[in-house]
Amino acid sequence: MLKTLALTTALALTTALTAQAQTQTPRSGGTIRFTAPYGSAFASLDIHTANRAQDEIWAKAIHRSLYNWDSFANKPVPELAKEVIASKDGMTYTFKLRDDAYFHNGRKMTADDIIWSFTRIMDGSKGYPGARYVRLIKGAVEVEKGQAKEISGLKKIDDFTLEMTLTEKTDPGFSFYLSTTAIYPAKEAQQPDYFSKPIGLGPYKFTEHVPGSRMVVDKWEKFYKPGKPYADKVVISLMGEASARDVAFRNKEIDVSILGPTQYVAYQADPNLSKGLLEVAEVYTRVMGMNPTFKPFADKRVRQAINYAIDADLIIKRLVRDKAYRASGWLPLSSPSFDKDKKPYPYDPEKAKKLLVEAGYPDGFEFEWTATSNESWGIPIVEAIIPMLAKVGVKVKIKPVEGTVLSEVVRKGEYQAYIWSNTSGPDPLASMKCFHSATPQSACNYTLYKNPEVDKLIDEAGATDDAAKRVELLKQANNIVQDDAPMWFFNYNKAVMAYQPWLKGLQPNATELAIQYYEDIWVDASSPAAK
Amino acid sequence: MLPYIARRLLQMVPILLAVAALIFLLFSVIPGTFASSMGDDGRTVVDAQVMERMNQELGLNDPLPIRFGKYVAQLATFDLGTSFRSRQPVSQVIADRLWPSFQLAMAAMLFAMVIGVPLGFAAAIKPGSLFDSVAIMLAVSGLSLPKFWLGLLLMYLFALKLGWFPSFGYGDGSLRYLVLPAVALGVSPLALLARTSRAAVLEVLHADFIRTARAKGAGNIRVMRWHVARNAFVIILTTLGLQFGSILGQAVVVEKLFSWPGLGSLLVDSVTLRDIPVVQGCILTIVLLFLVINIIVDVLCAAIDPRIKYS
Repeated sequence: MLKTLALTTALALTTALTAQAQTQTPRSGGTIRFTAPYGSAFASLDIHTANRAQDEIWAKAIHRSLYNWDSFANKPVPELAKEVIASKDGMTYTFKLRDDAYFHNGRKMTADDIIWSFTRIMDGSKGYPGARYVRLIKGAVEVEKGQAKEISGLKKIDDFTLEMTLTEKTDPGFSFYLSTTAIYPAKEAQQPDYFSKPIGLGPYKFTEHVPGSRMVVDKWEKFYKPGKPYADKVVISLMGEASARDVAFRNKEIDVSILGPTQYVAYQADPNLSKGLLEVAEVYTRVMGMNPTFKPFADKRVRQAINYAIDADLIIKRLVRDKAYRASGWLPLSSPSFDKDKKPYPYDPEKAKKLLVEAGYPDGFEFEWTATSNESWGIPIVEAIIPMLAKVGVKVKIKPVEGTVLSEVVRKGEYQAYIWSNTSGPDPLASMKCFHSATPQSACNYTLYKNPEVDKLIDEAGATDDAAKRVELLKQANNIVQDDAPMWFFNYNKAVMAYQPWLKGLQPNATELAIQYYEDIWVDASSPAAK
Repeated sequence: MLPYIARRLLQMVPILLAVAALIFLLFSVIPGTFASSMGDDGRTVVDAQVMERMNQELGLNDPLPIRFGKYVAQLATFDLGTSFRSRQPVSQVIADRLWPSFQLAMAAMLFAMVIGVPLGFAAAIKPGSLFDSVAIMLAVSGLSLPKFWLGLLLMYLFALKLGWFPSFGYGDGSLRYLVLPAVALGVSPLALLARTSRAAVLEVLHADFIRTARAKGAGNIRVMRWHVARNAFVIILTTLGLQFGSILGQAVVVEKLFSWPGLGSLLVDSVTLRDIPVVQGCILTIVLLFLVINIIVDVLCAAIDPRIKYS
């Protein structure tokens, strides 16, 4: 019921936003006053070196990648290509590139720029995060290892035609929509001052960066989408503190703010602020991972008992203030392979006790739970769970760590249990591969999950040309994972963005709501920064 | 005086080296690396190969003594290294943040001094009076106020309710943007200065030379101006110098809250993301600033009080 309601709400919201975008005539001019809410300063003006959401927020103004994320269709769509033709075997893609995409110095983009950018990302001596995606192209690994200078799978047919051969059958759109694979101007990017004044293909050109404070970009007149961008300027302010953001938003100094659970309740209760809330079921699943090398968690019954013993609905309501959707498994609500008929584990302490007895733990056991201080998926949540687990005889010792340490210990398997928020999309195939036994723990199989049946379903999904069949196979795999319970499936994040009444054209981006395509956003005449 | 300054400057070298060694060792033993920080938002999966290459490129796979040796050799040539995150020279990263930090620290000090010192003086003139009691109560409250809470309160009152100042940001670096963070940062040293000034003035007021001055017929203004103030200022100035270090430390919270682009917020980001060269650079810069300010304070004390002689 809850899931159906959530899906209906998300769908209604998306429809409403689409309708809003269609019925109002966008206004040109003014300034969009955006915020980057995730704490730290922008890492660098070389977006190839940065993969955090915080950096993607500025990068979407200045740069473009081969694909964009279409928030309304919920899939990647070609951006720098007018047409993409896949070969029959699904291994070779021909990109008919735009001949109207200009870098901010006025030079037209060609296939050479794409080849150069991807080759740069594969420079093995640098460790660019985007290498993970470009490795999909045949011959890219050889460049990374220093065995070749050119990526053999990238072939320039002419200035505006590029052929890409892949190493596996997959939709390249999921690999090439992030800014960490943005296209740089080949010659210009090799100049020493490029990364202090970057130029790209995006709708806005770089104007100013005050490290630790803000970035200012101005409209690029030769952007390839007619009439866009609408606003003359975008100012992106770094605002990591939620309370400070709240004051600035109420003071009308900023146009958007990402809300936490406490503010979500306050904004919902306010008759004016509640009119400007954009809610999206993001592709993040919050889970407690259980390490099978810790003896009790090697037993499926114990892991299932943990799922039965925790009243997730209560925690979501009381602590997360309904700023989340109850998780029934790994794949999130927005995933095409999400099974709306699959029910989450119900709260049933008696069943949990029974399973523990069957598993040989009638008196329970004690485990160490590694967690950060995050209010939505950290120690406050664990503290609420401790008495629930105590009811079935399981004792918890909290091991507090910071995010960087959590990321390290989980990848190394140096934990008994952890709680984290991890991306579970948007590509269901890539996401389910985290449960393939061939995926190492250091990649994303954090709970060392191994089930031959799931492996087979994922392999078949990867091999099939039938999209509907792939969806179905992954749905089955996801349901088996849920039954095997390598994790306690807590919730899917409900991202909430508060926006001012004069701001239009926001997109319900399920991959990360704070990341917006600025060319679609505009401000009406009532904005304090309308001129 | 000059040999004294030269000696103090030379004494800074072992202090800075000790600080450098301490930070280096501390960040070598705590868990988490820059590569692991890249995946901490759970948004993208940073694969093991990329992490390994990154560690290699950043020299994090080298044994500890070799890394330390390289670091000290770099420091000897005044090279703070390269930021893991921005891949820019650390000196450049710090230089970008130094001026806003200096602006904020100086504004906070000025605010503390302009209000705190006269308040302490006024309270000391009539000890035990209503004004004295209120001033001391305010001073104690000022010392106890958490910066974060005070900052939010100032934002709420002066930005949201009264609309006098912007609630956040650096803007063009002008006074409008500086006022609220400077006040938030300056309240604690203000309170301390008020208390110190009061105590210093009270102490001087009971000295024999004050009684002599009054016996010679000097009026209140003359006594306060020529005898009390000059003597009390030595103590106040020393407190001010020591408070500078605490202001730089507390700026971490205020800068984050007000999105002020200073060294404090850079330090927090760099610690969280394990950008060790920047952490080292920031702390060394803060220690250096603290030491230099205190040398200046000592020199000023000697200038104010001829009894102080450095040999």
